[in-house]
Amino acid sequence: MAGYLIKRILQMMGVLWVVSVVVFVMMSFTGDPTFMMVPLDSTEEEIAQARALLGLDKPFIVQYGIFLGNVLKGDFGRSFVFRQPAMRLIIERMPATMEMVLVAMAIAVVLAIPLGVFAGAYPQRPASRGIMVGSLLGISLPSFWVGMMLIFVLAVRFHLLPSSGRGPTEVFLGMKLSILTADGWRHIILPAVTLSFASLAILLRITRAGMMEVMKQDFIKFARAKGATFGSVLFKHALKNTLIPVVTIFGLQLGDLIAFATITETIFAWPGMGKLLIDSIYMTDRPVIVVYLMFVAFIFVVINFTVDVVYTVIDPRIKLR
Amino acid sequence: MQAIRSVIENFRASEMFHNYRRNASAVAGSGILAFFLFVVVFGPSLVAQNPYDIASLDLLDSYKPPAWMAGGDPRYLLGTDGQGRDILAGIIYGCRISLFIGLSGMFCSSVLGTLLGLLAGYYGGRLDSIIMRIADIQLSFPSMLIALFLMSAFKTGIDKILIALTAVGWVIYARTVRGSTLSEKQKEYVQAAVVAGLPNRKIILRHVLPNVLTPLIVVATIQVGSFILIEASLSFLGVGVPVTKPSLGLLIKNGFDVLFSGLWWTSVFPGAFIMLLVFGINLFGDFLRDELNPRLK
Amino acid sequence: MARPLLAVQGLKTHFHTFAGVIKAVDGVDFALGQGEIIGVVGESGGGKSVLGFSIIGLIDPPGRLEAGEIWFDGRRLDNLGEEQLRKIRGKDITMIFQDPMTSLNPLYTIQDQMEEVMKLHDNLNASQRRQRCIQLLKEVGIPEPESRLKNYPHQFSGGMRQRVIIAIALTLHPKLVIADEPTTALDVTIQAQILKMMRGLVKDHQTSLMLITHDLAVVAEMADTIIVMYCGRIVERGRNSDIIRGSRHPYTRGLLASIPKMTGHQRRLQQIPGMVPDVRSLPPGCSFAPRCEFSQDRCRAEAPRLIGVDAEHDVACHFPRER
Repeated sequence: MAGYLIKRILQMMGVLWVVSVVVFVMMSFTGDPTFMMVPLDSTEEEIAQARALLGLDKPFIVQYGIFLGNVLKGDFGRSFVFRQPAMRLIIERMPATMEMVLVAMAIAVVLAIPLGVFAGAYPQRPASRGIMVGSLLGISLPSFWVGMMLIFVLAVRFHLLPSSGRGPTEVFLGMKLSILTADGWRHIILPAVTLSFASLAILLRITRAGMMEVMKQDFIKFARAKGATFGSVLFKHALKNTLIPVVTIFGLQLGDLIAFATITETIFAWPGMGKLLIDSIYMTDRPVIVVYLMFVAFIFVVINFTVDVVYTVIDPRIKLR
Repeated sequence: MQAIRSVIENFRASEMFHNYRRNASAVAGSGILAFFLFVVVFGPSLVAQNPYDIASLDLLDSYKPPAWMAGGDPRYLLGTDGQGRDILAGIIYGCRISLFIGLSGMFCSSVLGTLLGLLAGYYGGRLDSIIMRIADIQLSFPSMLIALFLMSAFKTGIDKILIALTAVGWVIYARTVRGSTLSEKQKEYVQAAVVAGLPNRKIILRHVLPNVLTPLIVVATIQVGSFILIEASLSFLGVGVPVTKPSLGLLIKNGFDVLFSGLWWTSVFPGAFIMLLVFGINLFGDFLRDELNPRLK
Repeated sequence: MARPLLAVQGLKTHFHTFAGVIKAVDGVDFALGQGEIIGVVGESGGGKSVLGFSIIGLIDPPGRLEAGEIWFDGRRLDNLGEEQLRKIRGKDITMIFQDPMTSLNPLYTIQDQMEEVMKLHDNLNASQRRQRCIQLLKEVGIPEPESRLKNYPHQFSGGMRQRVIIAIALTLHPKLVIADEPTTALDVTIQAQILKMMRGLVKDHQTSLMLITHDLAVVAEMADTIIVMYCGRIVERGRNSDIIRGSRHPYTRGLLASIPKMTGHQRRLQQIPGMVPDVRSLPPGCSFAPRCEFSQDRCRAEAPRLIGVDAEHDVACHFPRER
């Protein structure tokens, strides 16, 4: 067990290292950041001085070395736009993104699993076919357009819900969360629903496909031959076997949600990491882009690891190796 | 001639065609695709205005609502945008761009991915390890994010979008093809070809490749739809197509800016078209998947 | 015989598929007494498994029981609803499948899966259930049963798994066990053990056993009565000795002759020429006629019916072979 953990941690660090290299290399293509730091009317000398200060006159490898050293200290530099440490900016905005992602995921799971089980167990019924067409529609929709439509109908036309922004927050475990306030929920509903669409559809389809395959297995017939009720056949025998692909996709979906949160936050002016990223891309605010990518890469790596551990809990045949 | 006729006859008698005709969604899906094919090919000639021709635009016509509403203009069926551009014309041209990007991206990804998968599967060893390692690392990140990241470095441009999509899309082909290649490699016909002295290249191209293609058909179909959506998202965020070549996604972005003023037609219609297009692709892809999947039989 | 436990009359189970109607079981009659072992023999695709599934009520669409009656212990089964059938399955009638590797749910312990039947049909408490599990595992010859209760299926070998499955089938003292090719997927050496164990258990508990297999040698060892099926119909039916030593149908004879002999002189393996016909387009007349070396015009024109050639020995052939 300890051996496995060490191996995995080394792997994760390896991946993060590769990501850091890629991010660094790509970012160096985005142009010379010196111009972001100095006033418009600087002289050539001042620019050269600034460049030396930023360490941009040194060889590429050295620059990377400095970068990596700083990263390991948690120092990603200061945002060009906000003049604050980039890391702090991300940390401040993380709870907003996380709560939206979690609410969206909860919506997706709570709806997708039962619907998927039903559609997989009774694939021929009209209701199942309707569910499948609906889910297909769900993955065909551009999420930002859905968000816009929801805003237009529910907020602009009918004034039922706020059209943008995050609600008031309460502090919990040192984080400011808006789901702890009633008005916070009014604000989070539309973005979370918008974000959940695609994941809901995908989870539903995976559950259904998994159920259909599992239902054809011999042990299902054997369970029926024992006289098991159809309910227990579905939820006890079949569903647990379906969970393995579902859990994989769940992990990937969590990553997707964080990625698509960038768009949702932009539409709803939600003050999370995603909106920060988009704004930073517009402003070519390199440090913030870098810290966002590294931070998010770290989250993904942890998610993948957790998913692998969850497998072993579900399926006794899988051993951690 | 006889051969073609017999192929068509076999197809019409086949189970796949039978299932197709009985399957409402398959027929609907291909109907939608046929519609879009029509739009893409004949659309521009049906619409009076070329939205890229600045000279043909009239600013006085800006933000006209759809023709059936009060204040609408019968010349502009779906209304106009801020520059007086006909929304319908914009959509028609936008469809072409979106579809072009989706198909080209799929094509490039599939070629690259299949090639890498064949090499990895056939030759094995270090080449295989390297390719698969990269694939694994890449797979732990959402494609949208990778594409966004690449485009944030590249800024806008259709060619750059294609590079980004290829960088994201090759993985699934490589993995699938590698798996199939590995199992085909064990089969006797490959060993027979090796013994007969055929050069590797010929073995791969003429013997292995045709047998690994079937699962790719479904993947490729679905990927076109997914690429169209990714491009739309990138364009919406401003890191997709350039302003001079608006795809449907960029049209929606333009519409977003005025949505809060109640000018809904600038975003509703382009979005509906993307949805319809991707939906049609997915319907058809779903049908293909169910037909070509032996495990569900 | 006294009132038979199981009586099947004119059973027809058809599958309505895209490519046509598959008449998997097309008019089958037989009876089985309490404590009797009946062997159902035939080539793959002959309808044997479908017969078993029809009796236990596990035929799913596009299959359907088209005609006939199934009488079990004085009740009709073929017209029962799913809920009533469910109460019978696992308790009065149980079934064993061919592949022990896939019959058990890989994610649950065998204790869970053994206790499932008990929880469904009986009301023992937890410790009673556990005791019964241990007792059953002992009966089927699993060493150190207490320590193996919490194991998962993948921790057992194929033969062991099949023993567990047999244990599950016998848990509630069913009146009838249907075994569909129970030893086909096992090593030959294990096969003999399992069969011997099954026979012993079944005779001890006075359970009836319907043994479905393509292997006549197995049936010769185990069964009291035998029915031979071909293309959904019974071609010969009778007591073990009648069939094995005195078969009258050319197909049965062909099956017997194709068993490799371990003693004596044998030059070539005998086989029945030709292949099983496409079940969707059976020839008119006797289904076996195309492959039968004795067939005549009448065989090809008219389908033979089962006629008694002896006490409790029936053959469906226009020209049954001499003894």
